[in-house]
Amino acid sequence: MTTLTQQEDVILRVENIHKSYGNVEVLKGVSFSVRKGETKVFIGPSGTGKSTLLRCINQLTIPDKGQIWLHGEEVTHSKKNINFFRQKMGMVFQNFYLFDHLTALRNVEIALIKVKGMKKDAARDKAMEELSRVGMDSFAQHYPSQLSGGQAQRVSIARALAMDPDVMLFDEPTSALDPELIGEVLEVMKDLARGGMTMLVVTHEMGFACSVANEIMFMEEGTILESGSPEKLLNAPQYERTRQFLRKLTDLYGELGKVNG
Amino acid sequence: MDDLLFIQKDVLPALLEGLIVSIKLIIWSIPFGLVTGTLIAVGRVYGNKSISFFCKLYVIFFKGTPLLILLFMLYFGLPSMGISLSPFAASVLGFVLCNGAYNSEYIRGAIQSVKGGQLIAAQALGMTRAQAVWNIILPQALRRAIPGCSNEMIYLIKYSSLAYMLTCIELTGAGKIIAGRSFRYTLVFSVVGIIYLFMVTLASWLLSILEKKLYIPGWSQES
Repeated sequence: MTTLTQQEDVILRVENIHKSYGNVEVLKGVSFSVRKGETKVFIGPSGTGKSTLLRCINQLTIPDKGQIWLHGEEVTHSKKNINFFRQKMGMVFQNFYLFDHLTALRNVEIALIKVKGMKKDAARDKAMEELSRVGMDSFAQHYPSQLSGGQAQRVSIARALAMDPDVMLFDEPTSALDPELIGEVLEVMKDLARGGMTMLVVTHEMGFACSVANEIMFMEEGTILESGSPEKLLNAPQYERTRQFLRKLTDLYGELGKVNG
Repeated sequence: MDDLLFIQKDVLPALLEGLIVSIKLIIWSIPFGLVTGTLIAVGRVYGNKSISFFCKLYVIFFKGTPLLILLFMLYFGLPSMGISLSPFAASVLGFVLCNGAYNSEYIRGAIQSVKGGQLIAAQALGMTRAQAVWNIILPQALRRAIPGCSNEMIYLIKYSSLAYMLTCIELTGAGKIIAGRSFRYTLVFSVVGIIYLFMVTLASWLLSILEKKLYIPGWSQES
C-alpha cells in the first residue's frame, strides 16, 4: 500500500493528547492514527493512562491539550456535535454499566429511540439483530441482575454496536470477569475484529492481542513507549521496560505470548 | 342508635363536602410535590454550583419552617406584596413547597444510590446529560424513592387538615363546624379520624401496588 491510500484510510487520528489531574500528568502527548478495520491493543502497567486515553477519544474526559479527528472532522472542541461523534465511537466499559432498570433488549434499543430517533418497531428489530450478533438474543427479556458478567458484557457490546459505530473502544472489557467467562467475550470481540470493525482495546489478554491485533501499543507513564505488530513487540521488544512488562504478563497468564494463537 | 342516626343523617353529609375539598387538596398537591421534589433533587445533584446552592437553601428553608407558619405567610403575608391567593390555592402551594422539600431529600439519596457509571455509559451512546438523567437515572431513582415519598404522601394526607386554618373548609374544618353546632366533639372527630385513617390506608395500599408494579427482578438485592 502506498502512503497515500494509508492516509485516506485513516478513520481516527489522535494528536498530542495531554491530560493532567492536579499535579499528576496522566497523558504526556499521545499521538497515533487508526486505519479502517484495524485493531490496536493497548497494554502497559496500571495507571499509565490507557483508560484515560480512551475516554479522551470520545471526550468523556476532556483532554487539556491535543486534538482528536474522526474521518477528518475534529472531535475535540466540537461542543454539541460531540453527541454525534460519541454515537460513532462505541464504548465498552470494564464494569459493563448496563442500565439496571431495563431488560437486555431495552438496554440496546433505548439509545436508538432517544438518540437516533428511530421508530419503536425498527429499534426493536435492530436491537434484536445486535443481540443475536453477540449470541444474547435468547436473553432479550432478562434484566442485568439476571445476567452473568460475561453475558452482561456481551449485551453492552451489542448496545454500542447498535449505534453503527465507526470505531469501538474497549476499556478492559474482561478485567471484571471470572476467568471462565472471559472466553465468550473475547470470542465476540475476535469475530468483530475479523468482520472488519475498527477497534481500540485496552486489555492484558495477550492471546486476544496476538490473534487479532494489527498493532500492540505499550504505554508507560503517559506515553506510547513502543508499538508494533504482535510478532515484533513480543519477540523483539526494543526497550527493557517492555520486556519486563511482557515477562510479568507471561508469568501471570502463562505462555499466551506465543505468537499467532 | 341515636348516635348512628346522627352520624348518618347529619355528620356524614356535612363531612362529605369537606372530604371532597380534602381530596382535591391532596390530588393537586401530590403530583406537584413530586415534580418539585424531583427538580430540586436533580438541581442539587447535577446542577452547577449556584443551582445546587439554591436547591439546598430551598430544602433548608422549607424543611425548617413549620408548615402552619408557611401557610400563614402565603395566605396572610403575600397580599401585602400584592399577591392574593384563595385559601385553597395558598394551601396547595404551601403543601407543594413543603412536600417537595421532603421528597427531594428522598430522591436525592436515591439518585446517589443508582449504580455509578450508567450516566457515563448513556453519554457514551450519544445522550446529552439531561437525556441521560431523564431516561436512565430518574427511572431508577424514583423507583428507589417510592417508600420514602410514600411516607411523605401519607403525611400530606394528614397535614392537609391545616388548610382549615386558612379558612379552607376541608374535612377537619367541616368536622369542626358540625361539632361546634352539635357539641358532640368526641363523636364527630372520631368519625373524622376514621375517615383520615381510611384515606391513609387506601393510599398505602395503592402505593404498595405501584411499588410492586414497578418492581425489577433482582434489582433491590444488589445495591
